[in-house]
Amino acid sequence: MSSLREEPSTLEVSDLQISVADGLVAVQDVSFQIRRGESVGLVGESGSGKTLTCRAALGLLPAGGRVDAGRIVLGDGPEAVELTGARRSTWDGVRASRIGAVFQDPASYLNPSLTVGHQLAEQLRVKRGLRRREAHARTVELFAEVGLHDPAGVFHQYPHQLSGGMLQRVLIAIAISCEPELLIADEATTALDVVIQAEILALLRGLRATHGLSLLLVTHDLAVVAESCERILVMYGGQIVESGPTDQVLGDPQHPYTRALMGVATIGDWGRRRLDVIPGQPPAAGERLPGCRFAPRCGYAEAACLTGPVPVTDLGAGRTSRCVRTSASLAEAVPA
Amino acid sequence: MSTTHLRLPEQAEAVPTPAPLLRVRGLSVSYAPPRKGTHLGTGAALRDAELEVRPGEIVGIVGETGSGKTTLARATVGLVAPAAGTIEFAGDDIGRLRGRARRAFRRSGQVQLVFQDPLRSLDPDLTVAELVREPLDIAGLLSRSERQQRVAASLDLVGLDPEAVGHRRPRELSGGQRQRVSLARAIATRPRLLFCDEPVSALDVSNRNLVLNLLDRLRVELDLAVVIIAHDLSSLAGIADRVAVFYRGRIVEQGRIRAVLEEPAHPYTALLTASAPSVAQEDRLRPDQLRPAAGTPAWPADLGCVFAHRCPVAHDACAEQPAPAVVPQAPGRLVACHDAVDWRERLDHSHPQKESA
Ligand SMILES: Nc1ncnc2c1ncn2[C@@H]1O[C@H](COP(=O)(O)OP(=O)(O)OP(=O)(O)O)[C@@H](O)[C@H]1O
Ligand SMILES: Nc1ncnc2c1ncn2[C@@H]1O[C@H](COP(=O)(O)OP(=O)(O)OP(=O)(O)O)[C@@H](O)[C@H]1O
Ligand code: SF4
Ligand SMILES: [Mg+2]
Ligand SMILES: [Mg+2]
Repeated sequence: MSSLREEPSTLEVSDLQISVADGLVAVQDVSFQIRRGESVGLVGESGSGKTLTCRAALGLLPAGGRVDAGRIVLGDGPEAVELTGARRSTWDGVRASRIGAVFQDPASYLNPSLTVGHQLAEQLRVKRGLRRREAHARTVELFAEVGLHDPAGVFHQYPHQLSGGMLQRVLIAIAISCEPELLIADEATTALDVVIQAEILALLRGLRATHGLSLLLVTHDLAVVAESCERILVMYGGQIVESGPTDQVLGDPQHPYTRALMGVATIGDWGRRRLDVIPGQPPAAGERLPGCRFAPRCGYAEAACLTGPVPVTDLGAGRTSRCVRTSASLAEAVPA
Repeated sequence: MSTTHLRLPEQAEAVPTPAPLLRVRGLSVSYAPPRKGTHLGTGAALRDAELEVRPGEIVGIVGETGSGKTTLARATVGLVAPAAGTIEFAGDDIGRLRGRARRAFRRSGQVQLVFQDPLRSLDPDLTVAELVREPLDIAGLLSRSERQQRVAASLDLVGLDPEAVGHRRPRELSGGQRQRVSLARAIATRPRLLFCDEPVSALDVSNRNLVLNLLDRLRVELDLAVVIIAHDLSSLAGIADRVAVFYRGRIVEQGRIRAVLEEPAHPYTALLTASAPSVAQEDRLRPDQLRPAAGTPAWPADLGCVFAHRCPVAHDACAEQPAPAVVPQAPGRLVACHDAVDWRERLDHSHPQKESA
């Protein structure tokens, strides 16, 4: 893993702040980097800002959403492009060609009145300059690669004629079709059965090895992160609260939210008969809290957690945690 | 407060079994062939499905993508007409209802479906509070103020703050928040049967458990019958009583969930459980042991058993589609395989490289 340090940067996000309708700040102070060929998992509570972060990197924030502050830089050295505030023409050269994306709700990213094959073939013609027949052949090939039965038949189907998992695979095929440097996969395998999911994850591993593809994988399935990602970012209430090498973070979580999450997780455990939850609710998007955003639900909270913003602490060995407590004081404290 | 101890299967079996609330028999569904005349539209999306769900029972549905799971859900709520077979709800064949009778049944809100894709199924112009209230308005249930209370209570049950999200529209929510709005909408009418198509796929573990606990509570408190379609085997294992496994339009295996997941009787179920990410089980087979050995001639397309083309032990008899049958080696199970359970022995011969545990 240490060899990754020498790899050039594919995506660098610094101090990103995103607001949605009415100027509510939904994502704040988010910084992370993904290097060439690296796979990073992004996990966290529902509504914590994962999708908004991904969409900002693609310039596709929802209506009313905007990047208030921070930088998003794609690539390294002479090929680096600053994406915050980029013009339309810059985005045209980046989306699909350099960053591929698979979104949470596949149907809303496809045109309902065109066949799915046509939509992918068209992209290959426009972005890669393929001729009609080549584009058709390559489309069928890509559909087969993502495990669709009868890829030639699927070519002629409209989005509404496909099941959730079939649509998701069409989107994956579109996302990798132009051999991007970076794939942003927001819950890209949630509609797939585990057999196909394993095949898709293997396909992505292959692309990382052969093409140096970098991966930002948003998922709620910690087993998938454990299997497929070198590093993990944990989000809570619009901030990254913990980051580091996957095995270390999952094996020895430092932030109280990550601890709570691991405490209720059942990674592939079929014998489990208790379904625990983290009591309480997360702050609403934009809700102002003077101190730590997890404090109202945190079993380790102390006076210092409530008074002022809690900065990110560098724990060394590539790990960070946004918590006033160190691992020693966590060990001493008995969670309330 | 936050945990639930689920009934053990033995206890569940000791209770006298009530009559099924939902009884699906020999159900086949076919979508109209697409205009361009490709061969895909002609095949049935669901074939000869048999399924029973009792009040207070949770039945899981797992299986291949595109295998007809959503189609079964859509048929049960009357969104697509059966090509053959019957769908009985509380003794009435609802698959045959037409016109006014069918509308009246749907308006009653006794059967609710939580759709797989909330963004496509929720009206984008309505606010969250309006969306959750709508089925109550349609069914004409409760007074105005009671409806308002029911809306807030339903949102609260799924872990959403009615104050914070009530006035927002679906697009202004995260994926998991939308998924929970769909569920709040479905439980608002207090249905007798709840069909949930992937109700927890977009949720973090804590919220996932909250929703699963909620479903478990509803079945106990309201004697609700619940069907949950899911790809995440471990979340079903914690809550469902029985499970049905789908492959290419057919139910290939069904039975008590622990038994099915731990001792699969159909080779597809075995492939499915073996492929689940890092399940802590020592002696399980690896996915590659459950695929046809390299060099095996390809099975002719569309011949016989739906799984034959991917089955590691397909043989001559498999040229005929096996009917679901009770197998003596796995009591309480229905399996559509000529070689149910016994295929394991053949597997050992055809894959001599299997590690001895
Ligand atoms: N267009 C919008 N208008 C107002 N609020 C929004 C909008 N889009 C998102 N939000 C809010 O911003 C927060 C972050 O949303 P986001 O979709 O990034 O969450 P997420 O981490 O992807 O969650 P999930 O795991 O449920 O998909 C949520 O609280 C959501 O309600
Ligand atoms: N409206 C439609 N018109 C034509 N074919 C359809 C339609 N809806 C579904 N199908 C086809 O029916 C089959 C079963 O689809 P269904 O949506 O029931 O699958 P599923 O098991 O729910 O899959 P997933 O897990 O991916 O959601 C698929 O081959 C699909 O392409
Ligand atoms: S900063 Fe305080 S409240 Fe926040 S997670 Fe750490 S201990 Fe808990
Ligand atoms: Mg999201
Ligand atoms: Mg489906």
